[in-house]
Amino acid sequence: MTKKPFRPDVDAPVYKGPYVPYDIIKEGAIAVLVVFILTAALALVFSSPDEKAVTIKTWSNADAVDFAQTAGDELAGTSAVANYGAPYNNNGTSQHWGFLSPEKWIGVRIQINTTNDFVIDPLSAQPAQPALSAALSQWKSASSATQTAWDDAFNKAEPNLTYSNGKVNIPTKAAGPIPVLLNYETQMARSGALDQALVTQAGFYTTNFTKPLLFVSDGTYFAGLAEKQHLSGSQWGMMNETGQYPGQAWLWLYTFWYQIHPYSTSASADFLVWGTMMILTALMVLVPFIPGLRSIPRKIKIYRIIWREHYAAKL
Amino acid sequence: MSTDIERQWTSRIRHSVVDKLPPDKLLPDTQPAYVASWIYVFGVTTMAALGVIILTGIILALDGPQWWHSSTLGHFVNSMHLWSVEIFFFAMVVHLWGKFSMAAWRGGRSLTWVTGAVTFMASILAGFTGYVSQTNFDSQWIATQAKDGINSTGGGAFFNVLNLGQMLMLHIVLLPIAAVALTGIHVVMVRMKGVVPPFEDATTEVSA
Amino acid sequence: MAQGWGLGALINLDHYGHYIHWGVIQVSVGNFIVMVLMVASFLAALFAPFPGRRNRKGAK
Repeated sequence: MTKKPFRPDVDAPVYKGPYVPYDIIKEGAIAVLVVFILTAALALVFSSPDEKAVTIKTWSNADAVDFAQTAGDELAGTSAVANYGAPYNNNGTSQHWGFLSPEKWIGVRIQINTTNDFVIDPLSAQPAQPALSAALSQWKSASSATQTAWDDAFNKAEPNLTYSNGKVNIPTKAAGPIPVLLNYETQMARSGALDQALVTQAGFYTTNFTKPLLFVSDGTYFAGLAEKQHLSGSQWGMMNETGQYPGQAWLWLYTFWYQIHPYSTSASADFLVWGTMMILTALMVLVPFIPGLRSIPRKIKIYRIIWREHYAAKL
Repeated sequence: MSTDIERQWTSRIRHSVVDKLPPDKLLPDTQPAYVASWIYVFGVTTMAALGVIILTGIILALDGPQWWHSSTLGHFVNSMHLWSVEIFFFAMVVHLWGKFSMAAWRGGRSLTWVTGAVTFMASILAGFTGYVSQTNFDSQWIATQAKDGINSTGGGAFFNVLNLGQMLMLHIVLLPIAAVALTGIHVVMVRMKGVVPPFEDATTEVSA
Repeated sequence: MAQGWGLGALINLDHYGHYIHWGVIQVSVGNFIVMVLMVASFLAALFAPFPGRRNRKGAK
């Protein structure tokens, strides 16, 4: 007991009223039983979603043109991942707010060089074939200026890239070894060998799928599948689930910010949304200490309904 | 002799624990009469759902991360895991609304509120690492989307959502330990302080 | 599509979902139902009579 003034949103009155019997173990046991039965019933009635994972094999067989274009972008260093910036490489502008840019401060920790990691290294691990070996050594021995000239020629011809009779056709003569490399890369992808090559770069055992996931995410095929399932960021996708299942609905507020200005149009949207959510989370955690915020429940008076029997008994 | 025993670390800790949380507070057989609303059942429902999540999670762990794709029983256990998670968050959010409405942090209970809110955050992280550990299209998509958010904070360099091994370890070892420990602390705090009493219009007496 | 059916799945939720659009709001029917049920549960918990508390006035 203290003599300080009573603060209604901080202090609680002393309860001198009656106590009633309460069996806490029985309550817990009933709760477990009810939840278990409800869970089993929901699982039986609705099951759960399990869409097969996309592989580079399924992608390149379903849409060889998209695959070859993406592989070309990885080789030429024009893909999204190639220009991502930290933590993968130094090529992009990091997300920031004013001078705040933790992404940049922490820097490159998961080194990804799309040219070598996604194209040149996997192709170099292939059994020697004269045309491929020649193309690889032509690429590797070229100066970076020459490589850039090939890349530029490829980029110009890329929209007209076609795939027919098992061959990638790139309508340009100025792209050096790129057409040959992309043909072998596409063959490798369609056979499933590229999936393996990308995960086995770390050795025999692997539990890390950073490289194949980044590669797949650069194509339009993967995003197209997600778009059909309403999973993209602009579709509130983060809280959605494949099929008609409820998803992570508790992420609604996080997802919400991405839909409105200034977040939806900012190049640093992710950083701004995370910053906003961290501030809001801190507010929620610290409600008991924040004057004004902690008075809301006393003012909205929902407690009068919850404790109506108590207040009725006092009259 | 007896003062020696009283000075022991062991007896001091035991005394202090028993003082703060005597058995009849830890496992009470009565409660204040104002605890008379269905809103009070959502806390225990959340814990019951956590129990089912852990039980189904243990079964899924027994056979490894890919079992549920090919086994009918595995798929059913996965379904139970998913739906118990939905019930868990459902009940936890209603519990949160209820406790906010009662301003349940009053009377020296602010840390109880804080541990509850932190448990909510830890649960979101646990749920998220589960979603990216499914080894299917959903986990691929969620991982490639979520990387941008986490990377923007700089955290992606250490918390690589594209690294299945890291996510799975977090999901099945570290975060369950965190969730259970936080829930335990939260519940012990609730039992120590008791359920928050109703607002009274004219009160000057302070219980602390 | 789905790799396994599991036991049961009496109601198949594995086809493309339905979505509710309302200005900037876009929510899947699955999530919407969950949210509506949450609010309904909260209201029901507030207003439903709680059994087993007969002794009102000053009962010990």
